[in-house]
Amino acid sequence: MKREDIVNFIERAERGDKRALGRLLSVLEDLSLETAWIVEYLASKSGRAHIIGITGIPGSGKSTLISRIIKALRGKGYSVAVVSIDPTSPYSSGSILGDRLRMQEHATDPGVFIRSVTTKGLFGGLSLAALAIIEAFDAMGYDKVIVETVGVGQGETDIMHVADTIVVITMPGAGDDIQALKAGVLEIGDIYVVNKSDKPEASKTYEYMLFVAEKGEVGRGGGWNPIVVKTSATLGLGIRELTEALDKHLSYLIESGEKEKRLVSRRAHMIKLIALKILLESLNSVVEIESSNIMEAVKSMKGFYEEALRIAMLSGKRISDLISI
Amino acid sequence: MAKLYSKDAIDEIIKAYKEWESNVLPEWLSRMPERQKEFTTLSGIPLKPIYTPVDLRDHNYMEKIGFPGVYPFTRGIHATMYRARIWTMRMFSGYGGPEETNERLKTLIKAGETGLSLAFDNPTLVGVDPDHPLAEGAVGVVGVSAPTLLDMEIIFRDIYLGDVTTNMTINPPAPVLLSFYVAVAEKQGVSYDRIGGTTQNDPLKEFIAQKTYVFPPEAAVKIAMDVVEWSVKNLPKWNPISISGYHIREAGATAVQELAFTLADGIEYVRQLIARGLDVDMFAPRLSFFFDSHINFFEEIAKFRAARRMWAKIMREWFNAKKPRSWWLRFHVQTAGCSLYPQQPWLNIVRTAFEALAAVLGGCQSLHTNSFDEPFRVPSEFAAKIALRTQQIIAYETGAADVIDPLAGSYFVEWLTDEIEERAWRYIERIESMGGMLEAVKKGYPQREVEESSYRFQKEVEEGKRLLVGVNIFREEEVEEIRRVPLLEFNQEEIERRQKERIKKVRSTRDESKWRRALDELRRAAERGENIMPYVLNAVKAYATLGEIMDTLKEVYGTYEEPPYY
Amino acid sequence: MKNPPTTRKIKVLVAKIGLDGHDRGAKVIARALRDAGFEVVYTGLRQTVDQVVSAAIQEDVDIIGINQHEGSHIYVAKKLIERLREVGAEDIPVVMGGSIPILDIESLKSIGVKEVFLPGTPISEIIAKLKDLASMKVK
Repeated sequence: MKREDIVNFIERAERGDKRALGRLLSVLEDLSLETAWIVEYLASKSGRAHIIGITGIPGSGKSTLISRIIKALRGKGYSVAVVSIDPTSPYSSGSILGDRLRMQEHATDPGVFIRSVTTKGLFGGLSLAALAIIEAFDAMGYDKVIVETVGVGQGETDIMHVADTIVVITMPGAGDDIQALKAGVLEIGDIYVVNKSDKPEASKTYEYMLFVAEKGEVGRGGGWNPIVVKTSATLGLGIRELTEALDKHLSYLIESGEKEKRLVSRRAHMIKLIALKILLESLNSVVEIESSNIMEAVKSMKGFYEEALRIAMLSGKRISDLISI
Repeated sequence: MAKLYSKDAIDEIIKAYKEWESNVLPEWLSRMPERQKEFTTLSGIPLKPIYTPVDLRDHNYMEKIGFPGVYPFTRGIHATMYRARIWTMRMFSGYGGPEETNERLKTLIKAGETGLSLAFDNPTLVGVDPDHPLAEGAVGVVGVSAPTLLDMEIIFRDIYLGDVTTNMTINPPAPVLLSFYVAVAEKQGVSYDRIGGTTQNDPLKEFIAQKTYVFPPEAAVKIAMDVVEWSVKNLPKWNPISISGYHIREAGATAVQELAFTLADGIEYVRQLIARGLDVDMFAPRLSFFFDSHINFFEEIAKFRAARRMWAKIMREWFNAKKPRSWWLRFHVQTAGCSLYPQQPWLNIVRTAFEALAAVLGGCQSLHTNSFDEPFRVPSEFAAKIALRTQQIIAYETGAADVIDPLAGSYFVEWLTDEIEERAWRYIERIESMGGMLEAVKKGYPQREVEESSYRFQKEVEEGKRLLVGVNIFREEEVEEIRRVPLLEFNQEEIERRQKERIKKVRSTRDESKWRRALDELRRAAERGENIMPYVLNAVKAYATLGEIMDTLKEVYGTYEEPPYY
Repeated sequence: MKNPPTTRKIKVLVAKIGLDGHDRGAKVIARALRDAGFEVVYTGLRQTVDQVVSAAIQEDVDIIGINQHEGSHIYVAKKLIERLREVGAEDIPVVMGGSIPILDIESLKSIGVKEVFLPGTPISEIIAKLKDLASMKVK
C-alpha cells in the first residue's frame, strides 16, 4: 500500500469517514512496516479515550452485556468503539468472527464502531494489531474503547497493561470458575459483574464477590476497592449501576494520576510488542539464511536481541526511526 | 419371556452363515467386488450385506414388536390403522394475504385434503406486524400474513371450524394465533369442545433449529406451557403442542439426533407440566409429534417405529402414566424439504413419493408432501396438487395402507429399529446428565451436534460419498426446461401495502380504552407469573395486534439472540 | 529490513437479511470458508441491509455473502447494492446463495450481484470463485 493512500485514509477517517477508518484498521492489522509511522502519528493524537477491558468466564453473557453497555454509554452521549477479540480456529488458519453478532443492533449507530480482531498475539496474548487498533480508535476521538477478550489465558494479563478499567464478568453458581478467579486468571478486575442476576443463586455469588472484593483478594491494588455490580443482560437490569461504576472508576483514575500512568503502560506494552516483532522477524530471516552456520546465527541473534531491548526502552515518539533500520 | 427364535434355530443359522461367508461369498466378491468400501445409512449407521434372525436373537416378540394399538405400539398406535381410516392428508399452505390463503384452502379442500395446515409468513412467525421495519419485503412471502383477528376471520371465511381441524405452524406467537383461532371459532358459533387442530408451540427446537425464537429459553418454555395448560383445560380436542423433529432434521441432524432431541424436548415439557401440578394423564394424550421423512427409506421407517416404542416406555415407565392414550406417540410427518434440489426439479416428485411411502409404512397419523417447486418458491396450485395426489396414490393404489406395519419382521428393519433406538437412548442419557433439554439447549449442546452433522453431510456430498441425482451425478444443463416450471406468481408489494393498510384500519377503529386495558392486564399477569392465555385471548378480542401483544410480552420476558456456536 | 509479504486473509461477511431462520446453508458456508483459511464475519440472523453494510465497512471485508431462503432475494439485492453505492463501498463485491430460482440469476447479476450459488453448488467451487473475486478487488 502506498503511503499517500494511507495518509488519505487517515485524513478521511479523522473527518468521520467510517469506510476510511475501516480500511486504516486493516492496514494496521497487516502489520507492515508502515504500522510504525502510522502508530506514531496516532499516538500523537491519542491519550484521551477511556479504555475499558471486558473479560469474563465463557457463558457469562459477555457479548449481550457489552451490547447493553454500549446502549447505556450512548445514552450518556459517549461515542463508543469496540475491539472484539475472537479466538482463531486451532484447526485451520481461518476463523469465524462471531462475537459481533450480539452487538449488531448498534452497527448502524453513527457513534459506534465495532471491529473484530482475530490475530493472536505473540505467546497468545493481545496482538500488536489489537493495540494499534485501540490507538487508532483513541486518536479518532472515541470516548470509550471497549476491548472484549476471551476469559482465559494470556490475554487476561495482557489486558492489564492496556485497559484503564477492567470489568470482569462472572455469573451465579459459577463455583469452579470463582475458584479459577481466585487462582489468578481473573483476579485483576476493577469492577466485577455478577450477570444473570435473575437466577436464584445470584445473591449468594454476589455476597461472595463483595466479600472477596472488600478483603482485597481481587483487584489491581492501589487506592481502589473493586466495585461489584449485579446485572441481567437479558432483562437489562443493573446496567445503569454498571455505567455509573465505570464513571466512578474513571474519576478515580484521573484524580489519582493513574490514568496517565496507565497510558504510559499501554504505550510501553505496545513498544515492547513492536520490538518483539522486529526481533522475531529478524531472527526468522537470520535462521533461514544462516542456518548452515550455527555459531554465526547465534551471534547475529544476540545482536538482534540487544537491539530489540534497546527499542523496548525507548518512547513511542521514535518508533518509526527504529523500524526503518 | 420366550424368545422369537429358539437357541437351536439360531445356532443352526450361525453355522450356515459362517459357511456362506467362507465358502460362497469370497468367490463372488473376487468376481464382483462391492461397489463401495462401506455402506451406511444417511445417519452414518454402518450396514452389513444381509440381516438374519441372528441379529434378532434376543428378541421377545411381545416386548419388541407386539400388536398395533397395544404397548409398546411399535406397529402403530391404533389397532385398525389405515384399514379403518387413511392418515390425514394435511397440506401445509398459505401465502400472500388472508384472501389468497382462503382461496388456496378452499381449493385444497375441494381437491380432497382432509385437514388444514397454515403456513405463516416470517413476520408472523416472529411476531412482528407488517409495518415493522424487519417485515419489509417479507409480508406474505413464505406464508400468510396474519397479524390481527380480522385477518384470521378472512382466512377462514366460508370454512366452518366445527368441521375441520387446523394445524398452525407457529411458535413464540402461539398464544396469539391460538387466540385468533378460538375467537374466530366463537364468532362462527363453534363450541370449545369442537375446536380441533394443533399449534406447533415447541420452543426448544426453535433454539436448536427453526430459529424463529423471540424470548429467552426459560421464558419461551414457560409461555408454551401456558398454552398447553390452558388448552388441555379448555379445548379438549386441541393438540396444544407438536413436538417437532422436522426442523432439527432439516437443519442437518441425523435421523438418530432428530429422534433423540425430539423425545428429549418432550421429556422436558412433561416435567415442566408435572411441575405445574398437572396430572400426567390429563395432558399426555394431547401431546403430539412432528417428524421429517428423509430419503433413506428403511432408516426412516425404523425411526418412526423406534419413536413409538421409546415414547411409550418413557411415558409408562419414567412418568407412570396410566392411560394407554398417554403412551401414544401420535405424529405428523412432512417429507424432507432439504432433500429437494433446484436441479432437474421434476425429480423432487419422485423423492417426495418415496419419502411419503416411508412415512406411511412407518405409521404416521397425518402427512404433508412437499411440492416439487419448493426449492424455488411457495408451491403453485399445480405443484401442490401433484403432491397431494401422491399421497392419494399411496393410499388408494399401492396397497401400502392395506396391511398394518407390513415391514415388521424384516430382519433388517427390526434390527435397524433396535439400532436407532439404542443410539437415541445414548443421546437422551447425555442430555439427562446435563439436567434435561432446557439446560442442554442453554449450553448449546444440541445446536453444536446438529451443526456438526450438517457440516459432515455437506463434506460427504463434496467428496462424492453421498450421491445426489442431478446434483453431483447425472447433472444437466437445463435452463430451458426450468423455464417451463409454472411458478406461483403474486404481487407481493401489493399484498404488503394491503396488509399495512388493514392493520392501520384495525388500529384506528378499535375501542381504544378496551384495547389499552387488555394489554395492561396482560402485562401485569405476565409480571405476576400467571398463565397468560386468558389475557392474550382477551387482548385479541379487543383487536390488539400480534406485534403489540408480543412487544408487551418482550418487555416482561426479554428477548433472545443466538450466540455463535462453532 | 524488507517488507514482509502480506499475509492478509480473505475476509468475508456472511449474513442473512430479513426474518428467515434457515441458517443451515449460511453456517455450513461459514465453517467451510474458515476451514479454507478465510476470516469469516458472521453477523447472524435477522439483519437489515443497513446493518450488513455497516458491518462490512467497519470490518473492512473483501466480500459480502448473503444467504436468502425466503424469496426476497431480488428485493434484498437491490437495496443492498444501492446502499453500498450510497456509502461509497460499491467496490465490495456481493455474492448470494440459497433458494434462488435459476431464472432469477440474470436479474441478480444485472443488479450487480457478482455470483449466485444455488443449493448443490460444490463448496470447492464457491471457494475458488470467492478467491477470484478477492484477488480482482484492488486492495
